[in-house]
Amino acid sequence: MSGQRSPDCGLINRLRPMRFRFDGTEYSGFEGDTLASALLGSGVEVVGRSFKYHRPRGLLAAGVEEPNALVQVGAGAHMQLNLRATEVELYEGLEAWAVNCWPNARWDLGALLRPLERFLPAGFYYKSLMWPNWHWYEGFIRRAAGLGKISGEADPSRYELQYAHCDVLVVGSGPAGLAAAASAAQAGERVLLCEQEPRLGGSLLWDRCRLADQELSGAAAASWIDEKLKLMQGRNEVVIKTRTTALGYFDHNALTLVERVSDHLGPAAPAHRPRQRLWQVRARRVVLASGALERPLVFPGNDRPGVMLAAAVRRYLAEYGVCAGRRALVFTNNDSAYDTALALKKAGAEVVAVIDSRNAPASALVSAVGNLGIRVLAGSVVVGTVGRPGLRRVTVRDASGVIERFRADLLAMSGGWNPTVHLFSQSGGSLQWDAEHGQFRPGRSVQAEQSHGTANGDATPIEPLWSVVAPGKAFVDFQNDVSLADIELAVRENFASVEHLKRYTTLGMAADQGKTSNVNALVSLGELTARTPELTGTTRYRFPYTPVCLGAIGGRLRGELYRPIRRVPLHDWHAARGAVFEEYGTWLRPAYYARAGESGHAAEQREALHVRTAVGLYESSPLGKIIVTGPDAAEFLDRVYANTMSSLKVGRLRYGLMLNELGVIIDDGVAARLAEQRFLVGTTSSGAPRIAAMLEEWLQCEWTDLEVLVAPETTCSSVLTLSGPKAREVLIAAGIDFPVAADAFAHMSWREGHLAGIPVRICRVSFTGEMSFEINLPNAETENLADQLMRAGQPYGIDLVGLEAWLLLRTEKGFLHVGADTDGTTAPDDVGWGHVLKREHDFIGRRSLTRPENLRADRFQLVGLEPVAGAELPIGAQLRSPGMGASSEGYITSAAFSPSLGRWVALAMVRGGRGRHGEILNVLGDKLRHAKITAPGAYDVGGERLRA
Amino acid sequence: MLLIPCPWCGRRDEIEFQCGGQSHMVRPEPYQEVSDPQWGAYLFMRDNPKGWFRERWVHVHGCHQWFNVIRDTVTHQILVSYRMGEAPPELPSRSVP
Repeated sequence: MSGQRSPDCGLINRLRPMRFRFDGTEYSGFEGDTLASALLGSGVEVVGRSFKYHRPRGLLAAGVEEPNALVQVGAGAHMQLNLRATEVELYEGLEAWAVNCWPNARWDLGALLRPLERFLPAGFYYKSLMWPNWHWYEGFIRRAAGLGKISGEADPSRYELQYAHCDVLVVGSGPAGLAAAASAAQAGERVLLCEQEPRLGGSLLWDRCRLADQELSGAAAASWIDEKLKLMQGRNEVVIKTRTTALGYFDHNALTLVERVSDHLGPAAPAHRPRQRLWQVRARRVVLASGALERPLVFPGNDRPGVMLAAAVRRYLAEYGVCAGRRALVFTNNDSAYDTALALKKAGAEVVAVIDSRNAPASALVSAVGNLGIRVLAGSVVVGTVGRPGLRRVTVRDASGVIERFRADLLAMSGGWNPTVHLFSQSGGSLQWDAEHGQFRPGRSVQAEQSHGTANGDATPIEPLWSVVAPGKAFVDFQNDVSLADIELAVRENFASVEHLKRYTTLGMAADQGKTSNVNALVSLGELTARTPELTGTTRYRFPYTPVCLGAIGGRLRGELYRPIRRVPLHDWHAARGAVFEEYGTWLRPAYYARAGESGHAAEQREALHVRTAVGLYESSPLGKIIVTGPDAAEFLDRVYANTMSSLKVGRLRYGLMLNELGVIIDDGVAARLAEQRFLVGTTSSGAPRIAAMLEEWLQCEWTDLEVLVAPETTCSSVLTLSGPKAREVLIAAGIDFPVAADAFAHMSWREGHLAGIPVRICRVSFTGEMSFEINLPNAETENLADQLMRAGQPYGIDLVGLEAWLLLRTEKGFLHVGADTDGTTAPDDVGWGHVLKREHDFIGRRSLTRPENLRADRFQLVGLEPVAGAELPIGAQLRSPGMGASSEGYITSAAFSPSLGRWVALAMVRGGRGRHGEILNVLGDKLRHAKITAPGAYDVGGERLRA
Repeated sequence: MLLIPCPWCGRRDEIEFQCGGQSHMVRPEPYQEVSDPQWGAYLFMRDNPKGWFRERWVHVHGCHQWFNVIRDTVTHQILVSYRMGEAPPELPSRSVP
C-alpha cells in the first residue's frame, strides 16, 4: 500500500501542517487529521502487529472499529494506552508508538515466532502448557499477553462527572441522528445530541446518502448539515456534544457517555479543562442513530497491509484527503463498494477491477464503473494476496475456477453492513436476523428507544459471501488473530455454542470487542454446524461500546476524595501536639503522640503506662451517639439489646450487646437513661451509622406499633475522656459544679452540670480499667475545655493518649472489642454472655441463640492468654494442642505488650475455651511459643481501680 | 441504573437507595413456639421469581424512609411503589412488555 495525499479533497486544514512521531520516526500531517489518516497520507504501510502471531498489519478501518492500529500516545504520566489510531486526533508534536512489537511495527522481533504459527492454533495452551505444570509457562505467557506498556506513574489529569436529563438523547449525528435531533428541537424538546467524532455529520461526510426523496453528497450534504444545525442553534435546551461516545445503555433509559474534552489538544490543553468527562444521562426517550459498520470479507491473505474496508477508503479520501493506494482492486458482495471504485478513480488512482462475488450485479453499477474503464469480474472471488509487508499482488478466481493475478497495492473489500446494534442490545432489546440483507437488526424493544437510519438495518442489495474456500489463512478476528481454521477447529472439538467458541478461540474478546468480526464468525459457525444465525445467536454486547480509560470512570473519586475522611473536632489541636493520625473506620484519629526520637510503639507504651499511673486525656468524639425517645423507648431497647434496658434507672448507665437476627454480636456500647422516655444509645465509632439505620428499619418495617423516634447525634457533640487514678483531681482542679466523689458519682452513672464553666454531661464509664470520666460537651467549646483540662491537670502530670494506647489498655483488661475479638459467627455465650438466654423477653436474634449450632459445646469462646516463659503473643496466631497431628484449637484476636505487667497479654477465641482455663497451648509462628489459657482480662481482675 | 419512585420524594436514581430484599416477610413469634425449621425459613429462605417481585428499599441518601416496590426481575420494570403498612397491590399475572 502506498497511501498519499490527494490534492483537492478532504476537510483537513492544509494551511496548518503538524509534525508528529510514530515509532520514533518523524512524519507530518495536517490539522483535522487523525493519527491514522496522517500515517496513511505519509505512506506508512505497517501500523501494528497482531496479538498472537505478530503479523504485520495495516489500517483496516477509519473509525472506532479499527482492529489493527493500536497505539500508545504521549509519554510519562500523561501516556494513554491502546488507543485506536483512527480515534487519535493529530496535534503538533504528538508522539505515538505501535503496541505489541519491538523495536517497532515495521521490524518486529516477535515476528520470529511466525514459523511456529501452525503450532499455535486456538486453545493451544489449554492443551500443550499443561505438563508438568502451567506455572512453568506462566511467566512467559503473561509477558506475551497484554498490549502496551504502562508508565507506572499516576495519571495527573482531571476527570469530571456530569449528570444530565433530557427528553431525547440522540446517539450519532449522521443523517438519521441530525434529522431526529432537529425535529425534536423544533418540537421544543430538551435534546442532547452526542457524536463520537470531532465533526458532525457522520457518513454524510464521506458517503452518498438517500434521505426521504433526495440524494445528498458532497456540497449538498454539507449544506443539509448546516441547515439542520441552524434549526437547533440558539435553543438553550439543545446540547450538542462532539468527541462524545455513548458507551453504555442501562436500565430505565440511563446512558453513560464519555466526552474527550481535551485529549485532542495534547500538552497544549488548558489546565482548567478536564481531560475527559463522563456523562450520566437519564433520557425520556433515546434515538439510536449509531449507523452501521462494514464487514470485512474472509479470504486467504485478507490481513495483509493494503487490504482495507471499502467504506474506510472512501472516508480517508473524502474526510482527510488521503488516497489509500495508487493501484486498487475492489472486492465486494454488495452494491456499496462500487462507490469506492468511483471515488478512487476520481481521485486519480488506477482502479484495475471490481471483483464482485455475485454472478449478476446490477447492470447500472456495471456500466457506471465500466464507463470509467473499470472491469467488473462478476462471480469472482479473491483467493490469495502476496506482498511483504504490504500488498503487491492479488489472486482472483472466477466462477469457472480460472485464476487471474493482478498487481495492486490496495484491495478495498466490503462484506456487507452490520447495523451498530450494541446500545440497542445493551438496552435489553432482542435482535432479529435479516437473511435477505445478511445482518442482525433491532427487533423487540424493552425500553423507550428507537433505532433510526442504518442502525435500524441497511437495505444495500447484497448476496452474502461469508467466506472464500481456498487454501491459506483467512482471518475473521484481526485483533486476536482468529482465523477461519480456528473456528473450524473449535467446532471439531465441540465448542459449538457461540459463547464457547468465543472463550475457546478468544474471538471478539480483544479491545475492539469484535466490531468487525463477530457476525462473520457466528455465521461461519452456523454454516459449520448447520444452523441459521438466528439459532447460533450472538454473544452479549456489553458496556463499554469502545474502551474507556479508568480515570474517566473514577472521575474525581481518587486519593483523598475517594471517600470522605472524617476528622475529629480537635484535629488541628492534636496535630499541633505531635499527633500521628491513622484511619480507624471512616475517622482519622490520633494513633499516638510522638516525641522526638520516639517510635510509635514506644509512644504507645509510654501513654498506656501514663494512664495507669497518672491521668490521660483522650478524644472519644467518634463514639456513636443515638437518641432514642418516645413512650415506647424502653420497650424498644428491650427488643434491640440482648440484655434488659427498661430496668435502667434515670441517671445510670448500662453496657449492652446488640445482635442481628442470626444471633451474632454486631455492636456493643453503653446506654444512658436520660429521662423516663429518653435514652442515649452509645455504639462503637464505626457502628454508629449502621446501628442507627438498623433501628430505623426495625421501627419502620417491623414494629410499626411502637411510638419511638431515633435521632443519630454522633457529631452533634464532642467527647473528651479523662482516665487514670488522678482523673478526679483534674476535674476538681478545672472547676466542676457537682460532687464527683466515689459515693456521689458512682461508676456507671452520669451527671450534668458545668466543668470549667462549660455545660457538660459526664458519664462515668471506663474502657481502660482506670477511673474514667467521658465528658460530653458542645463542639464549639471542645478546644477551650481541652486547654483548661491540660492546664488544670498539669500538677497531676496529665498527658495526651492516642487510640493505640487506648486499645492496649482494654486488651489488658480483657474488654471486648466487637469486630476484633468477634466475627460473623460470635454469639453472646461465646463471650461469656450466656445469661441473656434466661430473659423471657424477645429480642433481635433471640430465637437464633437456641439453634443447635449455637448450643454446641465446642464453639469458639473468648479467653485470655498468659505467655509461658515471657513469650510474645502475635495477633492472628493459630493455637494448637501439643502433640503431633493436632489441629487448630483457635487463634489470637487481640494482643499487646503490657508495660504495666511487663509481659504480653492477649485475647483469643478457643474451641470450648471457657472450660479449658489452665491448659497450655502451642502458639504457632516463626518459632514455637506456649501460652496458658486464662479468663479474659489480666490487669486489675477485681475491677477496683475503675470503681475508685 | 434503576429510576426508583420513592413514595415521599418522587423518582430518584438507584444510587440514592439500598435494597432490603423481599418484603412482607413475617417474623414468627412468640419465639418460644417457633420451631427450628420455621425460624430457619424466616432467616434464610426467600422467593426468587422470574417476573414480578415485591421488595423493600430505603431512601438512604434521601428521606431515610423504607417503602415497598414491585419490580420485574427480568426487565427491571418497576410497576409501583407503596408505603410501609399499605396493603400490597396485586401482582399482574405476567410481565407488561
